[in-house]
Amino acid sequence: MNYPYWVAVGLLMLGLYTMIAHRNLLKKAVGMTIFQTAIILFFLLLAVKRDASLPIVSGADVDPARFMNPLPHALMLTAIVVMVATSGVALAILIRLYARYGSLEEDVIAERVASDEADPA
Amino acid sequence: MIERHASVVVQTFVRVLTPLAQLFALYVLAFGHYSPGGGFQAGVILGATYILLALAFGRDILDRKVNQPVCVALGAAGVLLYALTGVAGMAGGGTFLDYSRLPLPVTPVRARYFGILFIETGVTLGVAATLIILFCRLGEQESNR
Amino acid sequence: MRAHLPILPVLLPLVGALLQPLVGLASRHAAWPLAVATAAATAAAGIAGLLDVLARGTRRYSVGGWAPPWGIEVVLDPLSAFTVCVIAVVATLTLLAGGPSARATYEGEEPTYYSLTLLLVAGLLGMVVSGDLFNVFVFLEVASISSYALVASGGGPALAAAFRYVVLGTIGASFYLLGVGCLYALTGTLNMADLAARLPAATGSPLFGGGIVFMVVGLAVKMGLFPLHGWLPDAYTRAPAPVAAVMAPVATKAAAYVLARVLLYVIRPEGLPVGTTLAWVGAAAIVAGGALAATQVDARRLLAYSSVSQMGYIALGLGLGVQDALVGAYLHILAHALMKAALFVALAAAVLDGRGPTLRALRLGSRMPITGACAVVAALSMIGVPPAAGFFSKWYLLQGALAAGQPILAGAILGGSLLAVVYMYRFTEAVWFGEPRAAGGPPEAPMPLLVGLVALAVASVAVGLGNAALVSNVLGPAAAGVGR
Repeated sequence: MNYPYWVAVGLLMLGLYTMIAHRNLLKKAVGMTIFQTAIILFFLLLAVKRDASLPIVSGADVDPARFMNPLPHALMLTAIVVMVATSGVALAILIRLYARYGSLEEDVIAERVASDEADPA
Repeated sequence: MIERHASVVVQTFVRVLTPLAQLFALYVLAFGHYSPGGGFQAGVILGATYILLALAFGRDILDRKVNQPVCVALGAAGVLLYALTGVAGMAGGGTFLDYSRLPLPVTPVRARYFGILFIETGVTLGVAATLIILFCRLGEQESNR
Repeated sequence: MRAHLPILPVLLPLVGALLQPLVGLASRHAAWPLAVATAAATAAAGIAGLLDVLARGTRRYSVGGWAPPWGIEVVLDPLSAFTVCVIAVVATLTLLAGGPSARATYEGEEPTYYSLTLLLVAGLLGMVVSGDLFNVFVFLEVASISSYALVASGGGPALAAAFRYVVLGTIGASFYLLGVGCLYALTGTLNMADLAARLPAATGSPLFGGGIVFMVVGLAVKMGLFPLHGWLPDAYTRAPAPVAAVMAPVATKAAAYVLARVLLYVIRPEGLPVGTTLAWVGAAAIVAGGALAATQVDARRLLAYSSVSQMGYIALGLGLGVQDALVGAYLHILAHALMKAALFVALAAAVLDGRGPTLRALRLGSRMPITGACAVVAALSMIGVPPAAGFFSKWYLLQGALAAGQPILAGAILGGSLLAVVYMYRFTEAVWFGEPRAAGGPPEAPMPLLVGLVALAVASVAVGLGNAALVSNVLGPAAAGVGR
């Protein structure tokens, strides 16, 4: 009944909502991670087959129909690395933001940035 | 600033665990061909061993063991190893990243195995260096730029 | 070497980027010459690739020796070779012109800056030459992450802008990936040519419409297409001057190219109103971007909203789909890259000289006549004054709109030019008639900056004068066969 796909869609919506609705920047970063994880889940679900075994060849008998599709897994390895790199950049920016402005709330930072720009020291 | 951990148990355990973990990272790298593993995973484990050292013995142990500009260069050298393996394939007469044409005295099938081993080693170096640098830089208490 | 031309535009900047930290260990001052040399080599490879494609037809290159559709393919055809040349040449000129500005902004950390910039260029070029949908995503993320870091390097207000850019950019790239996943689920292949062959059989499924929507929305975010442009004004305004000069002209163009490639060559939706929607959204972007640009006080924000407006022209051309409109859109990719680069480099000259970025403080005129003159030439091209390139791209777009029977869209094109007159007049007025600065200081911008700026301005006019040759030899064949 495609329940796993509904879970993926649910996570996608959760991540998107968190990115949009929450004012705390760290929560937005977490929402971004959830969003990307949902997409990874969606891809992996494309690879699943009933009664399939791991796509590792051992022995002489190689019938492709018995293995699950390894291509989405390989693609998602790259996507996970991308997710890690993006999270790294986002968190590095957040650390600098906190050191600079003393807060991680979107509105507080916006008003401090505005006062910064209106009165360049 | 991360201080040396107070407990002797933690310090001893980390001291015992680190070489074993690094050996495991090498295993994961070499056996990525036959079982789950490969360059990125091995690099993460390798980087994590250094971070574990910092958590147990204080941040300044990293300054002794790992020189920062050299670490960045090492990371870049790792990825450069990947790119140059691909270029070596070009030099051997194939297209970019064609490992069967590497200038090694083995059969094309074996040459692909070596090609993948080289690139995964490059990836391991790059990822481990990145994690260590991330930990060092982000942990610094730096004032505003 | 000739056989490897398709992969060289990606390989050269990648290797150059990786050499930068190693070279930086030895000498900080070698970073800029190495970066410019790498970019120049890339540009040379791009031009050689274009000439090769014009002489011998489309070049396909299988990475790793594995044949498509299972292997990853890199394709040079007239459109991709043209876009490679645009991005590589403009990047070379802006890297050259940005050198003094980068030295002032980054003193001592230049290897890191040039490494990131070359990675950005490698990512953009990889997006353009790739013949495989997932490969486009990988290079899209390489370029995006480099640009997030570059924007964030400005410190202070740039950090807030960069975080917003990270979140919105990731949404865009992830939507693109989701669209790729939908199309993969439908057909089982990721190779563009193979997908184009298999898609017509699978158009009945709801995944088809869903996949198109996800991909187009994702690419529209990356392109800075109104109303998904939210990251663009802040990112271009707060980024350091050399970063804006390199990033602003080319980063959105690669996404526009991918949109063109995916819509016109791979998906080609019949019966779905994708082209019409894109054309009307483009028209809205032209008008909205222009109107917002006309009200700005900060020169960089003015140029950012101008970019939003100009991307609308490209979207309009792609959406209309007729031959002339496509040629106009492709020509506008080149023209806008040149004009915007010149304007941002002129701004960098002003910032280097110590002037503020607000319009009133911008006056370059009497003390920096050459810089000011180049800025004015670029502004005239932006408005669409012949014989500059901007006129001819809008002319083709206009022809296309009229040929498609869309007078309202033609009106939007003309309206955009009128709005451009307003904001470019304000910019030019500030350049020549703003507050005079105090006497003293160097008389003109540093030589590398001047050389790059003059080259960009001259190119804007040269492309306009030579546009007939460009269209008949390169852009016409690029648009042929897909135009309606």
